[in-house]
Amino acid sequence: MTTRIGVLALQGAFAEHVAALRAVGAEPVEIRLPVQLEDVDGLVIPGGESTTMRRLIARWGLRQPILNLAASGAPIFGTCAGMIVLARDIVGGEEPVLPLLDVTVERNAFGRQLDSFETELDVPLLGGTPVHAVFIRAPIIERVGPDVDVLARLPGGRIVAVRQGNVLATSFHPELAGETRFHRLVATMAAEHADPGEGSGRAPDLAGRQQRGR
Amino acid sequence: MTETSTWATKKGLAQMLKGGVIMDVVTPEHARIAEDAGAVAVMALERVPSDIRASGGVARMSDPAMIEGIMAAVSIPVMAKARIGHFVEAQILEALGVDYIDESEVLTPADERNHIDKHAFKVPFVCGCRNLGEALRRINEGAAMMRTKGEAGTGNVVEAVHQLRDVLAEIRRLQGMREDELFVAAKELQAPYEVVRQVAEAGRLPVVNFVAGGISTPADAALVMQLGAEGVFVGSGIFKSEDPARMANAIVQATTHYQDAKILAEISKGLGAPMRGIAMEAIPPQERLAVRGW
Repeated sequence: MTTRIGVLALQGAFAEHVAALRAVGAEPVEIRLPVQLEDVDGLVIPGGESTTMRRLIARWGLRQPILNLAASGAPIFGTCAGMIVLARDIVGGEEPVLPLLDVTVERNAFGRQLDSFETELDVPLLGGTPVHAVFIRAPIIERVGPDVDVLARLPGGRIVAVRQGNVLATSFHPELAGETRFHRLVATMAAEHADPGEGSGRAPDLAGRQQRGR
Repeated sequence: MTETSTWATKKGLAQMLKGGVIMDVVTPEHARIAEDAGAVAVMALERVPSDIRASGGVARMSDPAMIEGIMAAVSIPVMAKARIGHFVEAQILEALGVDYIDESEVLTPADERNHIDKHAFKVPFVCGCRNLGEALRRINEGAAMMRTKGEAGTGNVVEAVHQLRDVLAEIRRLQGMREDELFVAAKELQAPYEVVRQVAEAGRLPVVNFVAGGISTPADAALVMQLGAEGVFVGSGIFKSEDPARMANAIVQATTHYQDAKILAEISKGLGAPMRGIAMEAIPPQERLAVRGW
């Protein structure tokens, strides 16, 4: 069965994530309202404007349902603005939106659009081939908590990709560069969440499945 | 290995703005209202198009001090307008560090033959178009984002609809062509063959395409989104309405939920009067802005 993965489609480059998920064999579902989250096993929060997404998440009551999805163990993947949305602390004291990552992010950390850039990045978790990373008015991670794994750094040491359990985030845009390894990882995690299988050490949540019509 | 201001970053910023509303603002206070309402970017200018239309005379790039004031007031991207062909205004805007330049027909053109060579800049450009040929010529000159022009400052969506339909219909026509027919299509569109072929293959413009010029209600925004726009520019429609903050917010919601009529009905309630608007017949041909640029 195809794994259904939500893509938050309030604003931003959600179509690119939809295409990337399709490319790795998952079934993307655009999410604009809480009810649409009931039948997905993962969620991607795209790049866009975090101030806009923050308001739309609050306005349409998406905060708690997304937190619940994350608490169930489903993978949540944020890129750029999506990373800001997932951070527990934001430099300058803005309220966090979905504080799922124990990190501090700085918005527009490289400057304005003229400082946007592309580079090759080593991400050991994804294997030996470097990731072609596009940074657009990108945020940076200033601090990571003890439970956060750093997945990638820029040559100067600044942190640009992290993972904390089932939550992943990147400062850059794999979806703009034809890079699908992050999406494949998310799809694998989502499939595992949907069907932990025998011997996984986790009891399948049968009641939950049935409720959701599976 | 690390490269700034590449085609991917220029075009990529526009991709991040998709599904969003870019609002014209004339003061830092307006810019904050726009940001609070959920705008994805603001366009900093001295007068909104309806005031430019009313006052006549030559409309130029805004005062850099005023643009800087707006850049300091918000954290979202700030765009600013240069006159068509006025590459020095564009150089000045680039030096200020604006995030996008709009080579705009709303200002009085500085060159009646040539547009700005946008490849020569590190800052990305958005340009207006009325049809596919115009869009592809601008993209060939280096525009990293397009918008149909509509008819700015009218509060009348009719031209925006007409132009968007034209652009998309022409793309569909290219898709149905044999490869050997694309050479003639390129000639007819007065656009480079390579870009024409790319559009025929992809079934879309190679850059993000917004709609501008005449959006003044949530329903207008949803209309162009359903027709295939990737986002909207709202100029006079917000700050010439009775309650700008509410109208701005409602247009943002409508651009997200453009397919959901129940939500559109809900957010359209009690917004106060939209901007007054002008019928196209009331605008003499020489005062039409969309015909500027070629």
